[in-house]
Amino acid sequence: MKNFNLSNSYKAVVIGGSAGSFQGVVKILAQLPKGFPLPIIMCLHRLKHVRNGFVEALSIKSVVQVTEPNDKETIKKGNVYLAPANYHMSVELGNHFALSTEEMINNSRPSIDITLGTCAFAYKDKLIGILLSGANKDGAVGMKNIHERGGLTIVQEPTECMIDTMPRSALAVTKIDHVLKVDQIVQFLKELDNQYR
Amino acid sequence: MLDIDINDLKRISELIYQKYNYDFRNYAMSSFKRRVLRIMELKKLTVDTLIKKLNDNPAFINEFLDELTVNVTEMFRDPSFWRIMREEIIPAIMLNHKQFKIWHAGCASGEEVLSMSIMLKEMGILQDVTMIATDLDVNILERAKSGVYPLKNMELNEKNYIRFQGTGSFKDYYREENGMAVFPKELLMNVSFRRHDLVLGDVFNKFDLILCRNVMIYFNQSLQNEVLKKFHESLFKYGYLAIGSKESLIWCDYSNRFIVVNNEEKIYKKIKD
Repeated sequence: MKNFNLSNSYKAVVIGGSAGSFQGVVKILAQLPKGFPLPIIMCLHRLKHVRNGFVEALSIKSVVQVTEPNDKETIKKGNVYLAPANYHMSVELGNHFALSTEEMINNSRPSIDITLGTCAFAYKDKLIGILLSGANKDGAVGMKNIHERGGLTIVQEPTECMIDTMPRSALAVTKIDHVLKVDQIVQFLKELDNQYR
Repeated sequence: MLDIDINDLKRISELIYQKYNYDFRNYAMSSFKRRVLRIMELKKLTVDTLIKKLNDNPAFINEFLDELTVNVTEMFRDPSFWRIMREEIIPAIMLNHKQFKIWHAGCASGEEVLSMSIMLKEMGILQDVTMIATDLDVNILERAKSGVYPLKNMELNEKNYIRFQGTGSFKDYYREENGMAVFPKELLMNVSFRRHDLVLGDVFNKFDLILCRNVMIYFNQSLQNEVLKKFHESLFKYGYLAIGSKESLIWCDYSNRFIVVNNEEKIYKKIKD
């Protein structure tokens, strides 16, 4: 098993994904260690006009109930958050979310670049960014932001992805610290969890 | 990549406040930053040239505001919200008043005003309702007044209208002209469009219903708190306030003067003066 040389200095994990990422996210959430010490902030591409159902589907097997935050909601350790339909989701300084209905970015609202980029700004080197399977380049710039602010970057192994455009776009624009299969991401999060025990 | 730090953003909002009396100092930082960066990119400006332009060229401010404020909206956004309006909220208001007043606060390009007009027309009560639609941005108000929208937006609007289960056919509400959808002036006959600043402006009237959906998300919490006080004062007792589906008032000082009428659609009712 890979050893990731982690510390307990991280403050948040942010996950982006699009087409083909659902199974991976379900697996990650199902095997998340109980009492996971960090907030998990997810931005997944989804149908713009279907408000209900997605968070419930993600929660079925998840260790923690997934929630779609309200605007200005405080971010809490151990919670799993999902960007709501048809809103961009930012993280603000001061540890809370801010939602917006600005223009789509990369044809997407929520846009992964916005969530990742604002997390990078707020958490600096205390952030872990994970980008999963997807069919467009949304998230690549966000991963670059995370790397440039000193955070740790992980993409799903492209050969494992249903559609590898998203991780490959990130690999093309920035340094990615780890290229991992979903099972290894699960191991990574377990090792991370151990640092806080 | 273009970037701007918080101190420069503060300098810009301070300058706009001192020189033009628009107050963005309590806007949510993440979106304010994106908007300013967007303007810098569109107009090919650096932080210094942007500040210089704001300082030296007063005519630039309207253009700046037009780009700064978020004007992305769609007709019948959240169809389930509009169904609740039609089936519960409007009938509840009509129990007490045959004629009533609605304020669209932060109406942007007016899609929501038009949605309301279409809904009221289908309910047969358009003539009984007075609407006031306000926005900070004079350019966008002109667009709202015109009732003319790009035809390419109509596909999404029509999808929403169908989910709303409107009684007519959406296409019958507009005519096509040079790639635009032109809505008839009659739909907006009871609407008065006015420039009004939610942040610095005064309370100017009393209403039975205020719609302010996805506007306060651009404000920080202390400003949300202040604006809610203005809405409270602008509502008749037992009047309704509708905010965006992912907004919340629970942390505001005045939240206990309202009750939640519909939590899913974020519709509140003023119960205490």
